[in-house]
Amino acid sequence: MHITVTLFALMRERAGTDTILLEVPAGAAITQALATLVSQYPTLEPYIANTRFSLHMDFVDPNTILAEGDELVLIPPVSGGA
Amino acid sequence: MFRVTTEPLSVQQVNDLVKRPTDGAIVTFDGIVRNNFDGRPVRYLEYETYAAMAEKKLAEIGAEVQQKFAVGEIAMMHRIGRLEIGESSIVIAVAAPHRHAAFEVCAYAMDRVKADVPVWKKEFFADGADHWVNQN
Repeated sequence: MHITVTLFALMRERAGTDTILLEVPAGAAITQALATLVSQYPTLEPYIANTRFSLHMDFVDPNTILAEGDELVLIPPVSGGA
Repeated sequence: MFRVTTEPLSVQQVNDLVKRPTDGAIVTFDGIVRNNFDGRPVRYLEYETYAAMAEKKLAEIGAEVQQKFAVGEIAMMHRIGRLEIGESSIVIAVAAPHRHAAFEVCAYAMDRVKADVPVWKKEFFADGADHWVNQN
């Protein structure tokens, strides 16, 4: 199945794109998608450990199972405010 | 109101959004772009956001504090894009019947923003270097 991965901030710059289409096995968890992502974009590897994950605009656990067409958003440490 | 916007923020406008005759206090936080990072001169900042989720999280924080504390209306606006030194990056206004709750909730809401709202700050230094805050 296919999912899209959306990147922001430093990870977006390191990957050179803000959207990546990934093919992952049906029933894959986020952790499996990340392994595929890092194999294709090794420059992202150092940042994954500090990244949170979002589906449908909520934070989700990395063990969450993905569905066809999901948009997985990688949320690096936030730094809003002043 | 809970928004991210590229437009300059108005403290007065955010303040007026929360004003009600039942509330005797409004505490407003005005976050300002600082001219240095640990003493290193900063020229300007850029904020990036996942806008839809950021506005959802701001609204969730607003709902949470209204449930937990004796406050009235709350509004939070975060500016995105390039900001110059001295400009406002975030304005939070909290109205309450009495001042103590307004002070407490304004500080608490700001802490929650810094923890959970997907906004990222990039600092551009006077020496030409730049960096994303908290990301290396």
